[in-house]
Amino acid sequence: MNIVYTDNNATTKVAPEVLEEMMPYFSELYGNPSSMHSFGGNVGGKIQEARERVARLINANPSEIVFTSCGTESDNAAIMAALELNPAKKHIITSAVEHPAIKNLCSYLEKKGYHITFVPVDREGHLNTELIYDIIEKKADDIAVISLMWANNETGVIFPVEEVARKAAEKGILFHTDAVQAVGKIPIDVKAADIAMLSLSGHKIHAPKGIGALYVRQGIKFPPFLKGGHQEKGRRAGTENTASIIGLGKASELAKVHLNEMDTRIRGLRDYLEVELLAKIPASSVNGDKKNRLPNTLSIGFDAVEGESILLLMDQSGICASSGSACTSGSLDPSHVLMAMKVPFESAHGTIRFSLSTYNTKEEMSYIIKAMPPIIKRLRDISPFWKK
Amino acid sequence: MWEYNDKVKDHFLNPRNAGEMKDADAVGETGSLSCGDALKLFLKINKSGRIVDASFMTFGCASAVASSSALTEIVKGMTLDDAEKLTNDDIADYLGGLPKEKMHCSVMGQDALRKAIRSYKGIEILAKPGNTICECFGVTDLEIIETVKQNNLKSAEDVTFYVKAGGGCGKCVQQIEKIVESILAQA
Repeated sequence: MNIVYTDNNATTKVAPEVLEEMMPYFSELYGNPSSMHSFGGNVGGKIQEARERVARLINANPSEIVFTSCGTESDNAAIMAALELNPAKKHIITSAVEHPAIKNLCSYLEKKGYHITFVPVDREGHLNTELIYDIIEKKADDIAVISLMWANNETGVIFPVEEVARKAAEKGILFHTDAVQAVGKIPIDVKAADIAMLSLSGHKIHAPKGIGALYVRQGIKFPPFLKGGHQEKGRRAGTENTASIIGLGKASELAKVHLNEMDTRIRGLRDYLEVELLAKIPASSVNGDKKNRLPNTLSIGFDAVEGESILLLMDQSGICASSGSACTSGSLDPSHVLMAMKVPFESAHGTIRFSLSTYNTKEEMSYIIKAMPPIIKRLRDISPFWKK
Repeated sequence: MWEYNDKVKDHFLNPRNAGEMKDADAVGETGSLSCGDALKLFLKINKSGRIVDASFMTFGCASAVASSSALTEIVKGMTLDDAEKLTNDDIADYLGGLPKEKMHCSVMGQDALRKAIRSYKGIEILAKPGNTICECFGVTDLEIIETVKQNNLKSAEDVTFYVKAGGGCGKCVQQIEKIVESILAQA
């Protein structure tokens, strides 16, 4: 059976060009970039090229890119650095719909005595920016950091991070964004928005798992999260994951090239999938603002059926996606994102997230459009909540 | 991912006795939309108090569907007295075991069956006895105590896996821990 992979917000395939560029650095070019000999130094040069490529994708300077092990490490490093730089400030502002990398870190910090504001969102997933501006206006001196995701992993809804970042910068407040889902899907310009720190992850943009980066604006005296050697100019200790860094560099270069295709062809495929599923499956609805959304993401709820069951039947047809439901994750409530948006239980439990990449085709969308209606019907036929 | 054995998969992909029974003699319902799973059990009962047919409608994950399917297969042919003694373990055993996190699906089967039988016997089902501990899923202290004892549970996490209590907002987890600890202390 062919696999139709529409779970690219979870992870992506490593692009063949990326793998090809990485391969020598697993074997013959194994030098340590920190070594004095040119055998190692040459690897260092290749890492510098990767740093330039990542920087270009988000309009940063190469020296502002710190390589990490993943998006989660980037997020943790950013928040902990902000707290260390502002030891007297005890207030963190974030949103109610962050990825666990920020959400659970903030909950942990809350237990340690920090005051966290989890800014709510409305039914469409829009951030209540008024609340943030109100707090900034009144208590700017106590805010250590504002951390907001650029785009939501479940719904694709895009936050006005540029606007909030500028207001934060005006007040001298550090602003961090978890841009793991946004990078490579929409244009990002850290300079234009005056962003202090930005997290990105390799495996969401066709680089391998286990590599991420943190953009740290020039001038910030960034204290390292991992302490040890002098690597990354003292901002992240540990021998460089050379092959993966080089892979992330290549993937960033490709992502920049593919931004236009994301915005046009992939958006078109997503819209085709969305329109057809809504038309062919009664009592289905899209979660989140349809306009202000990543071009590759569709979060769609089917009333009166449950996500895990849907996914497992989709699996029988070779279709990979995610659910907004609980049963798959071990927790029992529907996703905190859908709950924060007050999506009714009826559709929240039956929510499926399709997330596309530039590898997807129209034929694949047609296949999904054909496969889904009987799956939903089959589960509704045995659901006590389905009113025919 | 699939953490289910072949029998659970089979009962999910090919559920036995699925669908509404129009002329049921007894109906038992448990769960709700907000909980994420619900089961409506239909029984056909003959004059001598034997279950001659059973069917179900289920909203929920694969193991909820499989547990419901298994339940209907188990109870067909049983006397009401025997069926009343059926436990969630019997359902899980019939399926060759369920992942621990999914044991609440078998508990749902036991609950729906008891409700169906009690309503058939004319036993009024009063509001749940005991004090509500878990607001998210409406679970009382007496239910938690019964489940802990019946299944030899050792932690609050186990309780969540069996009756969901504590699996929502998490506010009651400490209370559940205390209940489990006091039962373990008595044992």
